[in-house]
Amino acid sequence: MAVEQPAPPAAGVGSPGAPTPAADDGLGGGRGRVLRKVLGDAKGVVGIALLAVVVLGALLAPVLAPYGPTEVNFETPFQRPLTVGYLLGTDDLGRDVLSRILFGLRASLQVGLLAVGLAVVVGVPLGLVAGWWKGVDAVVSRVTDLLLAFPFLIIAVGLAAIGGASLGNAAIALGVAAIPTMVRVVRAETLRVRSRPFVDAARTMDASGPRILATHVLPNAGSAIIVQATIIMPTAVIGEALLSFLGLGIQPPTPSLGIMLSDAQQYLLRAPSAAVLPGLAIAVICLGFNLLGDALRDALDPLTVPARRRRRGKAAAR
Amino acid sequence: MAETRTRPERRTSEARRRWEGSGEPLLQIRGLAKHFPLQQGIVFKKTVGHVRAVDGVDLTVDRAETVGLVGESGCGKSTVSKLLVALERPTAGEILYKGEDVSQMRGSALKDYRREVQMIFQDPYSSLNPRMTAGDIVAEGWAVHPDVAPRKGRDKRIRDLLDRVGLNADYANRYPHQFSGGQRQRIGIARALAMSPELIVCDEPVSALDVSVQAQVMNLLEDLQTDLGLSYLFIAHDLSVVRHISHRVSVMYLGRIVETGTDADVYGHPSHPYTQALLSSVPVHEPALRGKGDRILLSGDVPSPANPPSGCRFRTRCWKAQDVCAEEDPQLRDRGQGHPSACHFAEDHQVVPTTDDLPG
Repeated sequence: MAVEQPAPPAAGVGSPGAPTPAADDGLGGGRGRVLRKVLGDAKGVVGIALLAVVVLGALLAPVLAPYGPTEVNFETPFQRPLTVGYLLGTDDLGRDVLSRILFGLRASLQVGLLAVGLAVVVGVPLGLVAGWWKGVDAVVSRVTDLLLAFPFLIIAVGLAAIGGASLGNAAIALGVAAIPTMVRVVRAETLRVRSRPFVDAARTMDASGPRILATHVLPNAGSAIIVQATIIMPTAVIGEALLSFLGLGIQPPTPSLGIMLSDAQQYLLRAPSAAVLPGLAIAVICLGFNLLGDALRDALDPLTVPARRRRRGKAAAR
Repeated sequence: MAETRTRPERRTSEARRRWEGSGEPLLQIRGLAKHFPLQQGIVFKKTVGHVRAVDGVDLTVDRAETVGLVGESGCGKSTVSKLLVALERPTAGEILYKGEDVSQMRGSALKDYRREVQMIFQDPYSSLNPRMTAGDIVAEGWAVHPDVAPRKGRDKRIRDLLDRVGLNADYANRYPHQFSGGQRQRIGIARALAMSPELIVCDEPVSALDVSVQAQVMNLLEDLQTDLGLSYLFIAHDLSVVRHISHRVSVMYLGRIVETGTDADVYGHPSHPYTQALLSSVPVHEPALRGKGDRILLSGDVPSPANPPSGCRFRTRCWKAQDVCAEEDPQLRDRGQGHPSACHFAEDHQVVPTTDDLPG
């Protein structure tokens, strides 16, 4: 079934109406299909490009950064961007903004990915189980309600009090805060899918609950999970900024985009670029994940036709 | 496909061994009932009544036989099918498959039953997972019953099955939305066939299809029966469809069987007033015969199955109803008309005109 089809000829697949038995028309199965569809979609390409820049910047920060992230130079504070030696200028302590953003990306990405990972790893199984087994649902849903009624700042303060303010604790607090919504989304999707006749068909073949959840419910809930994850990601990145601002997250002088933002507020009028640039970096991260999530959701849905093919079809019709 | 059955024989139970010697039908349903509780209250639920969806149904299906089950919407046909494939547990009565009661089955016995008895669903759109390819859908059951198809030849088997149901075998990589309704229903049939079943429950398998496609799917089902010796319980509300495919027909009204017999009995000599009314509503396709038959128009609605009428359930809409009908529940038995009918005043009354009625 999963036989890999050869790559489609560049302009070979013509009239969309003709029944071409080959699966390489971008509509068939095959494991490379999702990747091909993402890459055939402008959203996907831009999203991947943005994230590639961010991830590479974070990974190669020690190589790329012209200065150390905590290197202070009191002789050159408040340099404008594009100053010789300081591409993006300096802050109030004369620290290079570019270097700090590159290192700050690391913290922000780590917090974001950890929070999303926690929400997915805990939230998805709980949602599936709650949607399938009524008895479990009563417990899981009440705990979810409880968690939802609990301001996440209190969780963050509590964790900071117990384990000290750190990147890991900030990520856990943000992830825990995101779990209830993930559980609810997945539970609702499970309830929706389980009432469909193809689930009955699987049950008449004696498929077990876990098997049906894995083969039928999870794939059909996939797009909702991806959408939810792409919502959590930017929330977590911004949440990290908030926690760091309050002193509950990463501790200065270690740079994070959130700390840079909050530091720069004190001299916003004098050096706006020190605040705008880290903000821009956060925006790029969020935009990248949103676009990629969008493209991934479309690609996982067999009902959508790859964007490039759609255009070609229209051109042929004309 | 029958020859590729490589399944090792399960330890045969006492009941099944007795059945094998007795020559009794493949499937016997006795006094089957399903009552759904009507509940009130949010936290403390209180049962205020029961919907008697199925209320004492007897049916038999023999090997390589098609039994039609007809009735209007809401009469309990689909509940019967759900009970049969063990999606619901019956409130009362028994379903004997090869001599064993399905509601008592557990574990491996139930697993075997759920291989041997398959279902074809009404809606070819929602009964296929939109995220699975046709090939994966057909192969789905083999994950649960790996001994039906050896792992090695599965790709070939999928192609054979798709070919068998009249689909291009190269379409195995396509998704359901790329098929038409009739093609989707063929995928559903292939999914059922993949389990090498003995009995297939067809829950209105053609009612969602165009008339021309209906005929194709019906012919396919008939061919499969001839080749593989399948038994069908064919549930439908379309009388002509049921007549075309069935060897025996049972007519259902409000959770009960009101008349049963061979297709010639029920269609040619209907004796229950409900059957007569039902048959008289079928459009006559022979122009010369139009207007020859009596059209029986029933007044009123089907009573609520939560509160069915006393005695005969059809009496509220029956033109023959008398006092006895409200007091005594008519048994399903032969009252001299040649086949069982659940009416105190059953009599043969031909309602569908035939060409014999034409002068000359």
